[in-house]
Amino acid sequence: MDWLAKNWELVINLSWVHIGLSILPVVVGLAVALPLGWVAFRYKRVGRFLVPASGLLYTIPSLPLFIALPVVLGTSILDPANLVVGLTIYAVALLVRQIVDALASVSQDVRQASVAMGYSSWQRFWRVDLPLAGPVLLSGLRVVAVSTVSLVSIGSVIGVTSLGYLFLNGFKRGIPAEVFTGVVATVIIAFLFDGALVLIGRFAMPWKRKVTS
Amino acid sequence: MIEFRSVSKRYEEGALAVAEVNLAIAPRAVTVLVGPSGCGKTTLLRMINRMVDPTSGQVLIDDVDVATRNPVQLRRSIGYVMQNSGLMPHRTVLDNVTTVPILQGVSRTQARARGMELLATVGLDASLAKRYPGQLSGGQQQRVGVARGLAADPNILLMDEPFGAVDPIVRRELQTELARIQSELAKTIVFVTHDIDEAFLLGDQVVILREGGHVAQMGTPTELLANPVDDFVADFIGRGDESKHLRITERNGTRLVVDQRGRVAGVLAAPEQAAEPHPSKREGGAWTG
Repeated sequence: MDWLAKNWELVINLSWVHIGLSILPVVVGLAVALPLGWVAFRYKRVGRFLVPASGLLYTIPSLPLFIALPVVLGTSILDPANLVVGLTIYAVALLVRQIVDALASVSQDVRQASVAMGYSSWQRFWRVDLPLAGPVLLSGLRVVAVSTVSLVSIGSVIGVTSLGYLFLNGFKRGIPAEVFTGVVATVIIAFLFDGALVLIGRFAMPWKRKVTS
Repeated sequence: MIEFRSVSKRYEEGALAVAEVNLAIAPRAVTVLVGPSGCGKTTLLRMINRMVDPTSGQVLIDDVDVATRNPVQLRRSIGYVMQNSGLMPHRTVLDNVTTVPILQGVSRTQARARGMELLATVGLDASLAKRYPGQLSGGQQQRVGVARGLAADPNILLMDEPFGAVDPIVRRELQTELARIQSELAKTIVFVTHDIDEAFLLGDQVVILREGGHVAQMGTPTELLANPVDDFVADFIGRGDESKHLRITERNGTRLVVDQRGRVAGVLAAPEQAAEPHPSKREGGAWTG
């Protein structure tokens, strides 16, 4: 507790940095995965290749990826962009399959009805398919958000500061309180992300709660 | 008027769903397409609003080939009611009903006012407007489906087994309600069912289809019952079914209609009560007893 009392300012600053580094991969990952998932769902032949291929991305070990990215992107070794891009790749890897499943969860009757009503395909995607895919999509997004928050810590190893700094520094200098603080702060942030997504889901999908209750 | 001119449909799997169908569907009347499953009735229905395009032949609405129309615009101009309602589970009842007018660009206020009127037309309480479809009974959902189909005031209403998934009592209620609405609105209704009783109850014209998408016979319920062209039609309309061979007997001063096995099918209405049948119901009603 003593350590935290002296260093709380550092912990708060690192927490903000950690949050910032976590949000981008989730948001960008969703934006990239959404059209890919739609294509994979719409054109089954493409999907048979695209879904496993995107899943494979997740098997790339994180450290080599973070080290290889500066070479590929032409960024400096310490650039936080390396971390953000790497985590975005993982988010896409997880989300493409989830989006395909989410779109497949929309009832055929409802989809047929929306065609019969005269929705154009663009309107059908935004007003029918995507909202109804919401619950399944959200559960996938929650997994991605929490895993991203924990993966951001690894960035400290390649020199991108985050709460991971507390683990490294605490280990090196033998301060268990520092390591412990890093763990707790990361878990709290993961909970906050998860809670925020649940709240967004409640707000965006009021029909889900009313119907099941 | 809706016209099918030597329309065929072959699906990719090779099976012929509709074979050389020629049909003229009268305006402002109910035409029922009826037949066993696999007879192509739903395929025919969906050709009218281009949810299915024919492999060969033409479908015309008021002499315009629908193939020349933009499918999205065409569908917005034609009402559609389906089995299991097909309501959007994430939109409220009122939002569901106003779907098509909003797509057409009608203002929200105007669409909502019209939507509330329609809920009353189909016999739903205004308090249901803010509910979600999942909070309604099956029968109520079908009523919402009918209201949605009527919302843009289309000339044509397509109904694909709309009452197939509700229990018999509710089905009868909905059929009666549809007949009442039709007597007020006089739309061109094309109605698909596999239930011949429903076909005779609702149809001004009944088209009997057989497997492989052939028209077996078309006519008023009376014509079909009086002169079935072949055994398939005779069987399908239940001419061979003893429960439909009715006769009149008198018991304790009441004239009863009974079937071959002597079971009571109904009571013979006194002549003055039967004096003014609904014009479109004059054949169907008398037959079902």
